[in-house]
Amino acid sequence: MTAPTKPSNTSKPSASAVSPAALDRRDFLKVGAVAAGGLVLAIYVPEARARSTAAPAAPFQPNVFLRIDPNGDVIITVARSDMGQGVRTALPMIVADELDADWGRVTVVQADAHPNQYGRMMTVGSTSVRGGAWMPLRRAGAAAREMLVAAAAARWSVGAASLRTENGRVIHDASRRSLGYGELAEAAAALPVPGQPRLKDPSAFRIIGTSPPQLDTHDKVTGRASYGVDARLPGMLFATVVHPPVFGSTVRSFDASPARAVPGVRHVVQISQGVAVVADNTWAAMQGARALTIEYANTDFTMSTPDIFRSFAAMAERAGVEARREGNFASGLAGAARRVEATYEAPYLAHATMEPMNCTADVRADRVEIWAPTQNPQGTQQTAARLAGVPAERVTVHVTLLGCGWGRRSRTDFVEDAVETSKAVGAPVQVLWTREEDMQHDYYRPAAHVRLQGGLDASGKLTALGVRVVAQPISGGGRGGVDGPAVASIADTPYAFPNYLVEYHRADNAVPVGYWRSVGPSQNCFILESFIDELAHAAGRDPVQFRRELLAGDARMRHVLDVAAERSGWGSPLPAGRARGIALVDDKGGRVAEVAEVSLENGQVRVHKVICVADCGQIIHPGIVEAQLTGSIVAGLTAALYGEITIERGRVKQTNF
Amino acid sequence: MAPLPLTINGRAHQVDVPPDTRLLWVLRDVVGLTGTKFGCGIAQCGACTVHLDGEPVRSCVTPVSQVGARRITTIEGLSPDGSHPVQKAWVAEDVPQCGYCQSGQIMSAAALLAAKRSPSDADIDEAMAGNVCRCGTYDRIRRAIHRAAREG
Repeated sequence: MTAPTKPSNTSKPSASAVSPAALDRRDFLKVGAVAAGGLVLAIYVPEARARSTAAPAAPFQPNVFLRIDPNGDVIITVARSDMGQGVRTALPMIVADELDADWGRVTVVQADAHPNQYGRMMTVGSTSVRGGAWMPLRRAGAAAREMLVAAAAARWSVGAASLRTENGRVIHDASRRSLGYGELAEAAAALPVPGQPRLKDPSAFRIIGTSPPQLDTHDKVTGRASYGVDARLPGMLFATVVHPPVFGSTVRSFDASPARAVPGVRHVVQISQGVAVVADNTWAAMQGARALTIEYANTDFTMSTPDIFRSFAAMAERAGVEARREGNFASGLAGAARRVEATYEAPYLAHATMEPMNCTADVRADRVEIWAPTQNPQGTQQTAARLAGVPAERVTVHVTLLGCGWGRRSRTDFVEDAVETSKAVGAPVQVLWTREEDMQHDYYRPAAHVRLQGGLDASGKLTALGVRVVAQPISGGGRGGVDGPAVASIADTPYAFPNYLVEYHRADNAVPVGYWRSVGPSQNCFILESFIDELAHAAGRDPVQFRRELLAGDARMRHVLDVAAERSGWGSPLPAGRARGIALVDDKGGRVAEVAEVSLENGQVRVHKVICVADCGQIIHPGIVEAQLTGSIVAGLTAALYGEITIERGRVKQTNF
Repeated sequence: MAPLPLTINGRAHQVDVPPDTRLLWVLRDVVGLTGTKFGCGIAQCGACTVHLDGEPVRSCVTPVSQVGARRITTIEGLSPDGSHPVQKAWVAEDVPQCGYCQSGQIMSAAALLAAKRSPSDADIDEAMAGNVCRCGTYDRIRRAIHRAAREG
């Protein structure tokens, strides 16, 4: 792991960052005293990437609550789901730094689902910090700090300018007096909220840019951290669900008696997506599920992986919908001295979250309570309301910790299982899928077939590049028939390719697909970067230099490339049998380069070293960033070497880790 | 079916379940100790690791009837307050990401260190190979085990 030579904390905000000016109109801070005499600030965080099709929500809805109790505790409500990306630590750090809070007094509360109080709660697409929280959270902390200072100034009859704040206290140096925030909270709550609180110069950050232990770490190492599977209610039952293995199929009939014969099994009920076995404990439920015999009404989806890739390849013979066009690809290619062609295929991939899909539901006649490891609290609330036949405001959704997410938990299929089962048996029920069900009923990273053609002139310069992508869509069609994720990091690339054409073919089959870690770039970075190496090789050029010349328009990407080349000793001799490869990606505002040192041993790829250089803009918690980068390297290697999901006659072949 | 006596984290329990019930579900669903996690059900991921008389076992495949008189230790019983050297090292290295697999990782690491005071990287890789972390915290796990060995 290597950091860029220029610390990311000082780099300019990326192009996708929201400018403060744009937020000023929509920022909203609302103040109120809590009963106990503390200070509450309700902060609306605009959702910069909101794509809600509903009418715009009323603009003055709070997203995050900051509470300062009389005893000095600072409690920050987080309305985003934490699946290991550390948002329950990072978001509070932003508020606490501008507040000059004592970090040791900061705790977090996880927000229950609410239709609009917190804005869009969906935690996807690496948006929690980037998607507009940064400036509003800073302003919230700064506004609270100014109010606490004003309260102290009034108490002491001194000018606010003569006061400073540090570690949860307002200090008057001239008289050597100080007051804790808790002592000032009630008076501060009676003061007006400053419209334009003064933000710190980033050089004055004391918490942002440091790596304190994450707030949940102690609970995670003592077994106290509570995930979806850890919800426990009086009188609850434990269930698992068998779903039709062939995609799109339904249950025709089943024999429940062998399942009912398993000690501890209480109910066997058909629900929309399969058959639920409900028992006194999960083991009994799983044994009951194994004993079931089910007849399925299978659809005519009988494809296997080779059929699917053949259908994709047939589509790639024809021109697709244009996703990007620069210059004239056909004439650029026609004038080339040399042509290079390649086809890449990427497999379906499962999320395989460590915590299998699960949800706990208590459905009553007039209300529902849910405990869910979900990235989509509001979708969970709406789904439960619809299935239980109660208004959404009668559905309470507690968001637990998530044992991995990566987009899988933006879906609500596992919520449906739990709500329908609880409703059917009239008791609180935890539905937990087996690993086999989880592996075989995912929304998979789409398989892709990508054809590339490039032209080189006599001097080895690129003259044209064409990319034709065939994949199932996950964005519901997207703009002009182009699925954004399918062409991500190809249609939008830091490279200035001459005569560049990107086309997309929408493939359709019954395999469910969805958002997987990093989404489109997970396959497209590999494909495009591999082909750039083919081009460089054909041109007899060094892969780093070949890339560098195509990156004239992106100084950040060039910088990351240069640092990666330097730190990896690019071009220096390697032991016999070892090779280096480089790849770049520009995604979600970040720029990343990796150099891998690999060899082949008995036909197996061995990875000796990976150098990763990332410029991800403003960093809140460097330790979390490093963890995400190292974790991503592991995830990428795992997917590439072991992760393939194959389809056999309409169902997934793999069953477990 | 007679209730089965178990000693879990130093306390005596009686559980009334069929003898083939796997220990994992007795701990989680009957006794209510939810720190031990379900990941795969076939001893392939290590999330369910507990100690029987100090030996690491996969509780998801261990019939409760086979426990016998052996003392069961779960993550909740490794230390009263998170003060086991492995837990302290895990905090110092801020190992967990999502954290779901970490109870099992910590139980495996604690068993390794009990058997081998200063494990090499190869010892660690071998002892921890059965514990999957999909977040990819392996690098910090190795660092934390070395730290626990040093500071334990």
